[in-house]
Order: sequence, then structure tokens, then C-alpha cells
Amino acid sequence: MIPLSHYLIVGALLFAVSVVGIFLNRKNLVIILMAIELLLLAANMNFVAFSHYLQDLSGQVFVFFVLTVAAAEAAIGLAILIVLFRTRRSINVQDLDRLRG
Amino acid sequence: MSRELLYLLIPLSCLAAALLAGFLGSRIGRVNAHRSAIGGVGLAFILSCVVGWDVFSGNHFNGPVYTWAVSGGTHFEIGFLIDPLSAVMMVVVTFVSLMVHIYTIGYMADDPGYTRFFGYTALFTFAMLMLVMSNNFLQLFFGWEGVGLVSYLLIGFWYERESAIRANLKAFLVNRVGDFGFILGIGAVLALFGSLDYQSVFDAAPTLAGTTVSGPFGSEWHWMTVICLLLFAGAMGKSAQVPLHVWLPDSMEGPTPISALIHAATMVTAGIFLVARMSPLFSLSTTALTVVLVIGALTALLMAFVALVQTDIKRVVAYSTLSQLGYMTVALGASAYSVAIFHLATHAFFKALLFLAAGSVIIAMHHEQDMRRMGGLRKLMPVTYVTCVIGSLALAGIPPFAGFFSKDAIIEAVHHSSTPGAGFAYVAVLIGVVLTAFYSFRLVFMAFHGEERMDAKTRSHLHESPWVVTVPLIALALPSVLAGLMLVNPAMDGSLFGNSVVAGSKPEGLDMTAVGMLAHAPFAWPFWLAIIGIVAAWVCYCLRPELPVRAAERWSGLYRLLMRKYGFDEFYQWVFADGARGLGRVLWEWGDRRLIDGWMVNGAAGVVARTAGLVRRIQSGLVYHYAFAMIIGLVGLMSWFLFR
Amino acid sequence: MTLLDHHLLSVLIWFPVVGGILVLAAGNDRRADTARWAALGFSVATFLLSIPLWSRFDRASADMQFVERLPWIERFQIEYSLGVDGISVPLVLLTTLLTMVVVMAGWQVIRDRVAQYFAAFLIMEGLMIGVFCALDGILFYLFWEAMLIPMFLIIGIWGGPNRVYAAIKFFLYTLLGSLLMLVALLYLYRASGGSFDLLAFHQLPLAAGVQTLVFLAFFAAFAVKIPMVPVHTWLPDAHVEAPTGGSVILAAITLKMGAYGFLRLALPIAPDAAHQIAPIIIGLSLLAVVYIALVALVQQDMKKLIAYSSISHMGFVTLGFFVFETRAMEGAVVQMISHGFVSGALFLCVGVLYDRLHSREIATYGGVIKVMPVFALFIVFFAMANAGLPGTSGFVGEFLVILGTFSVNGWYAAIAALTLIVGAAYTLWMVKRVVFGPIENPQVAELKDLDRREFAVLMIVASGVLIIGVWPAPLLEVMDASVDRLLAHVAVSKL
Repeated sequence: MIPLSHYLIVGALLFAVSVVGIFLNRKNLVIILMAIELLLLAANMNFVAFSHYLQDLSGQVFVFFVLTVAAAEAAIGLAILIVLFRTRRSINVQDLDRLRG
Repeated sequence: MSRELLYLLIPLSCLAAALLAGFLGSRIGRVNAHRSAIGGVGLAFILSCVVGWDVFSGNHFNGPVYTWAVSGGTHFEIGFLIDPLSAVMMVVVTFVSLMVHIYTIGYMADDPGYTRFFGYTALFTFAMLMLVMSNNFLQLFFGWEGVGLVSYLLIGFWYERESAIRANLKAFLVNRVGDFGFILGIGAVLALFGSLDYQSVFDAAPTLAGTTVSGPFGSEWHWMTVICLLLFAGAMGKSAQVPLHVWLPDSMEGPTPISALIHAATMVTAGIFLVARMSPLFSLSTTALTVVLVIGALTALLMAFVALVQTDIKRVVAYSTLSQLGYMTVALGASAYSVAIFHLATHAFFKALLFLAAGSVIIAMHHEQDMRRMGGLRKLMPVTYVTCVIGSLALAGIPPFAGFFSKDAIIEAVHHSSTPGAGFAYVAVLIGVVLTAFYSFRLVFMAFHGEERMDAKTRSHLHESPWVVTVPLIALALPSVLAGLMLVNPAMDGSLFGNSVVAGSKPEGLDMTAVGMLAHAPFAWPFWLAIIGIVAAWVCYCLRPELPVRAAERWSGLYRLLMRKYGFDEFYQWVFADGARGLGRVLWEWGDRRLIDGWMVNGAAGVVARTAGLVRRIQSGLVYHYAFAMIIGLVGLMSWFLFR
Repeated sequence: MTLLDHHLLSVLIWFPVVGGILVLAAGNDRRADTARWAALGFSVATFLLSIPLWSRFDRASADMQFVERLPWIERFQIEYSLGVDGISVPLVLLTTLLTMVVVMAGWQVIRDRVAQYFAAFLIMEGLMIGVFCALDGILFYLFWEAMLIPMFLIIGIWGGPNRVYAAIKFFLYTLLGSLLMLVALLYLYRASGGSFDLLAFHQLPLAAGVQTLVFLAFFAAFAVKIPMVPVHTWLPDAHVEAPTGGSVILAAITLKMGAYGFLRLALPIAPDAAHQIAPIIIGLSLLAVVYIALVALVQQDMKKLIAYSSISHMGFVTLGFFVFETRAMEGAVVQMISHGFVSGALFLCVGVLYDRLHSREIATYGGVIKVMPVFALFIVFFAMANAGLPGTSGFVGEFLVILGTFSVNGWYAAIAALTLIVGAAYTLWMVKRVVFGPIENPQVAELKDLDRREFAVLMIVASGVLIIGVWPAPLLEVMDASVDRLLAHVAVSKL
């Protein structure tokens, strides 16, 4: 039996990878979208692990909700990304600073 | 007809005429405009005579017309006080006004502003009547400012002349300096008496005479002195006393009929009327009377000197007006109020006459006013010449002309006055007599005698003025001769003014009747002084015309001082006009623009903007910066909750 | 009609607001004439509706009249409560009359966004009447602030070249002051145990320190609005940039709201503090009379000059309030009304010239009387009223204030009376340079005299000035009881 802590460590690692992916990435917006997906997966991992550990199914039910939201979010994100590319001819993250004060 | 209606009709007929001629002048035409103005003023004159007759039959009146306002328990009312003083003023004002209106038909015949002019003059008569008929300080001030307004409009009547519109602004503002004192004087009257009604003020005055008020530097002032001095400041402005006299000579920019009506006969004497009307108050303050006396003596003397060197025919008469106003003020200061009003009345006739005569010369000369280009007009304009000589004789105080009686009475009153400063004033008025005779006959000799100095073109057109001009001259010459003889007895024995002015200190042991004064004249100083003046003028301007020129070269410093009128104008221009503008500019630039707007208002905005400039750098617009900040924030918050 | 009997004030407030919205609905500039006539109709109707306020007002009573009281936000005891006394009645009439004048004055001058322009004035009319009628703190505050919006838009949209700066300056300046007023109102809400009733505030006992703070908070709001030195610099900018109608309403009515605030809120709520701070306020008023008058003397821009003259005249109003003397205070209220007419009229006159030559510079003109004699008559008349000539309304206020002040302190009166000289100097000097003199600018020689519409507009205002000047008794009669009660109230200490 694999102990709970292993799952949590994997979740934390996944989370850390995704965070690093968000703010070290300067080139491609698609990577940020993927990193966000990874972030949600890290959370899902913890949900499932605790659900099994606590013998409570509601955790796994939540995972389904999260997956649905994540899918919708990815779809909207990609749509925005395409529109963005159409207007600005670039999805380079460093160029996207129109909100600079 | 009830009396109230009669009284009301006098000013209102003038007002109606003014509105008709002023507003509808262009519709009803020139002839109808002057008909309506003359009709209105003529009606006022006739009614004034009726009122005058009624008053001297003993029917006085004092009552309100309507309540102007009630505030804080004080009733401000518009009303009439008809007593001998106001009756005399009403008759004088409406008579001179009527003459001037008739004269204007001739004088202004070619002017495009003909109807407007009649509107103004009728309006003036209305305001002046409101002033003299008033029974309270409020209405007095209304009339006071009303005549000031019309004077402003009329001095600037030829509004395209820069000098005219400068002069009218100056006149209004100098008068306002006087009014500054006047309105404070009214405030003081209300504060002390709780009423603005003449009668209640005069009734209460003796009991409150002793009350004092603390002034600056711990001094104690009598209320009466404060009130009288403040009111006199107003009188100084309107009656052009030194040092507020500077507007009157410049006011000659207005048309000549106006100089006669407003700036010689009526409006400028409003200050004299004011002090006479306030005589129950002034008689309670010796300090105020001394100030009045000294100011009057200074005006009489200084302005007479300036008149000696003027070459503009109107300005000579203007300075003589100033000097004569000084005489009236001296009489007031010597507590001879009835004498002052007596001189006011005679002066109104002969000074209006002199101005209108000067105007007659000016139109004949095609608006040439410089006496150095006149001369020899005697034969060409006989009526003007004779009337002008009559006016000058009256002005110089030669018996039996009107001016002799009134001026002699003033001199005697000053001689016997106990007001401090009377000695100085006595000397001043005696010197003034010589000067008056000299400058008035200088005018006569320069304009009407000697060689003809005008150019040929003007010479060929010279002729006597039309009847509308000469008839008023004759009509004014009559009272210039007779008014003194007729009025001197009642004015001196107190039966003319009754109790409407306080009876002053009467010269003891002097026979102040017409016969007595005439008999006394050859043995008294003033008569011979006047003769000396006239002879001197004859010597200087007929016999040896080179004398004045040499005198001017010999005493060039004095001559220049007189030509520059003692430098009052330059001084005021420099200190008040330029000073106020300079101060205003400094306050605006430094106070409003730099300190308040620059430093405080835009400064506050600037601080916000600079802070924002620093803070805006945090907003890089890059997603990963925001994400990083969120994570750091999250970590920070979680650490706070976990490890605190 | 019961609506008019029992809800006259509500009708006066909401009728023009609804009218404004309807005019707005009239829409675009293709139907500009519809909007003009509708706006005129609504403003005239509002004026006619306000006449019963004058005729049915009981002059003997100092109580609030035409009172309406409805619960509004019951959770916080906020009520919809309206009423007028002798001080507000003349101000309401001034508002309705001048809005009518302004609508006429903007008839052909405004060419784009016509409907919006007139709607802004109608809505503002309702809101201003609301300020003068509100008896509930929050309702008062609401009207007070809401009124800024149409004014802000009027300056910001139809203004001159520098309009945005002026509009923002105006907005921020006044907002800053009134926020402190809101704080004071909230404090009073707590102190009175949960009520926003202004009349209850009047009776509320307050400690000395609290009174000072409350008074200062109100002072911040009202001093900016009046405006008093040194928070006056928004006014010249706002006036210069605002369209003619905006300037008229700003000078004639908006400024009066500050003065009205003193009478309705600051003085009765914190009487002891008012007495304590009075010397400072008198000092500032006298400073306004003299300092601002000197500044006005050197202005080159006619509107700026009149704006500074407004500040100077409003100095008389605050002086009259804070010497606590019946005549002075009544004089101050008359001065408020008179200044509404006179400064409004002067702005209208400048507008007449501006419409023709598009310049407000004094130097552009000169010799206007030659080509526009009727106009010259009006502007000289109003200038004389501005200089306080007896027989015009300008005199009544100044005279009563000087008289009342003199009986309290002669020196105050002496400084205030300096306006007789300086006030005449700047006004008449401007008249001299604009109206008189030879024509030097060839464009001036082409000017057309007043048309019938302009004549009517100026005639209405001129009659007001003349009637008040010749017979101010009715006006004083209306306010007498209320002023007496206010002074009696202020004389009693709350400590």
C-alpha cells in the first residue's frame, strides 16, 4: 500500500511544476494554459488521495466538477488565444503588456 | 388736488418725460422728444412754484409715500419733507433745469444723440428732486447716486472721445470715494439713532450729543463728530471740495448745457444742501465744523488761483465753480447755513448764466474753447456779451448784483464766526474776492474785448446765437441781478428758511438788510478788493497784454504748479489708479495663480500624480509578474496564518 | 387639485426632472426644435407652478410650510421630507425664473446635442429646488451631490477649449468639501439616536469640541461652494469655460446653495461654534470683498472679471450672516437673490457678445454702443446694479449689510464699504473699455444689435433687478419671520 504522503508529494510536485511553468515561461501563451491545467490536476490528485484515504466519495465527485470546469476553461482560453493571435500576430507572453500602467 | 399728489407729481412728471424722451425718442422724433422733456420739467417748475408759495404761506409737509422695506424693526421709507429749504431748492433746480432744456434745443441741434440727451437731463431733474425733497437718508442717498449716474452718463455723452469716457469714469469713482464716507455715515446714523428719518434723528440729536465712541489708539470720539465727518466726506465728493475736487474740471468734457445744469448750478451743490439739511447735527460738533470750514477755505483759495491760468473758457468757469463751492462750504463751517443756501441759489443763477454764455460763444466759434483764439466778440454777440458781463459782475460780487449780497454775507459770517480756523478762512475768502474778480473779468476781456484772434473762416461765420439760446440767457440774467436784492432780507432775518436749518451765529451789530448792505459796501474791504481785481484784469488783458506773459516767465515755478493744478491728478493717477492695478496684478499673479492654484490646488494634484507615477511601475502588464505576485501573496498569507 | 395642494414641492422638484428626461427622449439634433420648445414649455410650466409657493406662503409664520413627509429607507430612518421657509421660497423662485431665462438664452446658440443640453438644465433645476426644499440630511446630500453631475456635463461637453480641466477642477473641489459634510451628517445621525431629520438636528445639544468639528465639516462644503477665499479658484475657471447658460446657473444659483447651507445646517446646528469661528469667517469675507475686487480689476477676460466680482459679492453674503444682526442677515439674503439676477445678467450680456465675435477678451471690443445701443443700455444698467446703484437690487443687499454690520462693528463696515469704490472701479472700467470709446476692431463695426429673443431674456432679468431695487419690501417680508427665528435660535447656546 502506497502511503498518503507519496500522493501528496506527487501533487505538490505537479503544483510546483505548473507554478514554475506559469511564471518562468516568457515565450508561449499555450504553455501557460497547459500549466493551468496541470495546476488543476495537482489539486485533483490531492482530492482523489484524500477521498480514498478518508473513504469519502465526495472528494472524487469534486474532481469531476473540476475536470468539467477545466475543460471549459481550456476551451475559452484557447478561443481567447486565437482571437489574440489574430489581432496581435503573436502569442509571445512578453509582448502581451497592454495593461502596463 | 391733495398735497401728496402734488408733491408726487413734481418728480414723476420729470421721470415720465425722461422715459418718454429716452426710450421712445427714436420713435416719437426729435421735436416730440424735446417737447415732452420740456413739458415735464416745465410742469415740475410750475408745480414747484405752487409748492413754494404754499410753503411760504406756512404749509409744511413731512410724510411717507411708501414703505421701501422693513428689516430688523427699522422702517425704511420713501417720503417727502417739504419745508422752506426744500422748496427753495426745488424752485432753483426746476428753473435752471427748464432754462437749460430750452437752451439745449439750440446747442445740441446738430447732435445725433439729441433725444438721448433730453432723456438724461429730465432723468437728472427727477433724481435731483428726489434728493432735495427727501425726508430720510435712504432716499437722499438714492437721489445722490441717481444724479451721480446721470452725471456719469452725461460727461461721457460723446462716448467716442477717449477724454470724455476717462473723465466720466474718474468723476464716478471720485464721487464714490465720497460716497464711501456717506454710506458709513448713514450706517452711523442708524446705529446711533435707530432710524433714518430726518425728523426723528434731529429730535433725538441733542439728547445723544454727548455719547462717545472709542476710536483707534484709545481715542474717544463724539458720535456726532464721527457722523458729521462721514457725511461731510460724501458732501466733499459731490461738491468737489479739496482733495476730492479733481473730477469737476474734467467733467467739462460733457456738453456745455450739462456743465451749467449739473456741474455748476445743481448737482455739485447737493453737498452744500446736505450739510445745510444736516445742520441740527453739524451744529453739535465743533470739530466737524472746523474741518468743514478749513476744507472750504482751502478749496476757495486754491481753486481760485488755478482759475487764473486757465485758457479754456469752460475750465475757467469750472474752477470758479470750485472756488465758489468753497465759499459755500466756508459759510457752512461758520454755521451760517442759511447764508450758504442763499449763495447756492444766487450762484446757481449766475453760474448757469456764465456757462450758458460760454456755451453760446463756443457754438458761435464752432466748438473752439480756447480763449486765446477769441477776442472782440462784444460787437458780434451783443446779447451774449451783456449777459456774460452781468454774470461776471454777480460772480465778482459788485453791488447790487446777486452775488454781492450772498458773498458779502458769507464774508461777514466768517468774520464773526467763533469756529476754530475762522481767522484763516477769513483771510482766504478775502484773497478769494480779488482773484474771483480778476479771473471772471479776465474771461470777459479775453473773449469779448481786444483784437479778434480767430482765423478768417471762423470770423466770417460768427453771429449771435438763435433765440432758444439767448432767451434762457436773458431769463437767467434777471435773477442774477435781482435774486440777491429780493432774497437777502428774508434769508438774513431767518424768515426764508424758518426752522428748516439751524440759525447760525448771526453777526452782531451788523445791518444785514439789502439797504444796509448796500450802504455799507463802499466802506468795506470786499467791495474794493473786487474793484481791484477787475481793474487788474483790465490792465493785464486790455491795456498791456504782455504783462501776464512776463509774469508767467518771471514766476515760472508757480505758473507751472498752477498749470498742473498742484499735481493732484498725477498723484492720484500714480497712487490710486496705478497702485490699485499694480496691487491687483500682484495679488492675482502671486496670490491666486501661484499660491492657491499653483501651489495648493495643482500642487495637491501634482503630489497624487507623482505618487501614481511611482506606483504605476508595479503594473508591468505581464501575466507572469501578476502570477508571481499572487503566489508570493498566497504564501505570505498562509505563513501568517500558520506560523503566527 | 390635491396634487398641487399637498405635494407642491414634490411637483416642483420632479416635474422638471421628468420633463428633462422626456426632452432627452426627444433625441437627436434633427429634432432640435422639438427639444427646444419642449424645454421651454417645461421650464415655463415649472415657473408658473412655483408662483403659488409665493402667493400662498404664510408670511407671518417662521415654520416650515408645504411640508411633505414620507418614509423612504426605513431601515436607517431616512425620510423623504420636504418643506420651505421664508429663506428658501425666494431661492426656489429664483431657480425657476432663471432656468426659464437660460432655456431662452440657449435657444439658437447651442447647435449640437440640443436635447441633451436642455435636458441637463431641466434636470438640474429639479435637483436645485430639491436642495432648497430638503429637510432630511440624506435627501439634502443626495440632491446636493446629484446636482454636480449635470453641471459637470454642461461644462465638460458644451464648454470652451479648456473645458475638461475646468470641469474636473470644479467637480473635485466641490466633492472634496461635501464629503466632509457627509461625515458630519453621519455623526449627527448617531448623536441624535438614529435620525436624519434636519429640524431635529437643530435642537440637538452638542458639546463645544464636537460643535467645532461639525461646523468645520459643514464649512468645508459650503465655503467651497460659495466660494470663499482661499478656496475660490475653481470658479473663474469654471465660468470661463462654461457655456453662457452654465455660467448663469452657476453664478446665480449654485453659489447660493453654499450660502443656503450655512443658514439651514451650519448655523443652527452648531451655533456656539459659529459664534466662536465668526471672526475668522468675517475676516475671510472682508478679504474676499477687497482682495478679490483688486484681482478683478486687472482681468482681461470679461467672464473672469465677472466671476471674480461674484466672489467679491458673495463675501457680502457671508459677512451678513456672521455678524448675527437681523438687517445684515436679511441684507445678505437679498444680496443672494440680487446677485443671482445681476451676475446672471452680466454673463448673459457677455454671452451676447461672445455669440457674435467668439471672444471674451475685453481688448477685442470697444465702442459697442455705437452699433448696439440697446445692448449697451442693458449692460450699463446691469453694471450699475453690480456697482450697487440705488434703485437696483444690487444696492439693497449691500446697503442693508453695511448698515447692519455698522451697528455691530464700524471697522468691518468700513472695509466692506470699500466695495463702493473698487466694485465700481472694475465694473465701470470694463464697461468703459467694452461699451464706450471709438470702434477700433472692424469686426465690432459689423455687430448686430439684440434680436427679439435676446431682448426678452435681458428684459426679464432687468425687470427683476429694478423691482427689487425700487420696492424690496415684499421680498424682505417673506423672509423676515424666518430670519428672526434663525437669529433667535443661533443666539441661544447649545452647551
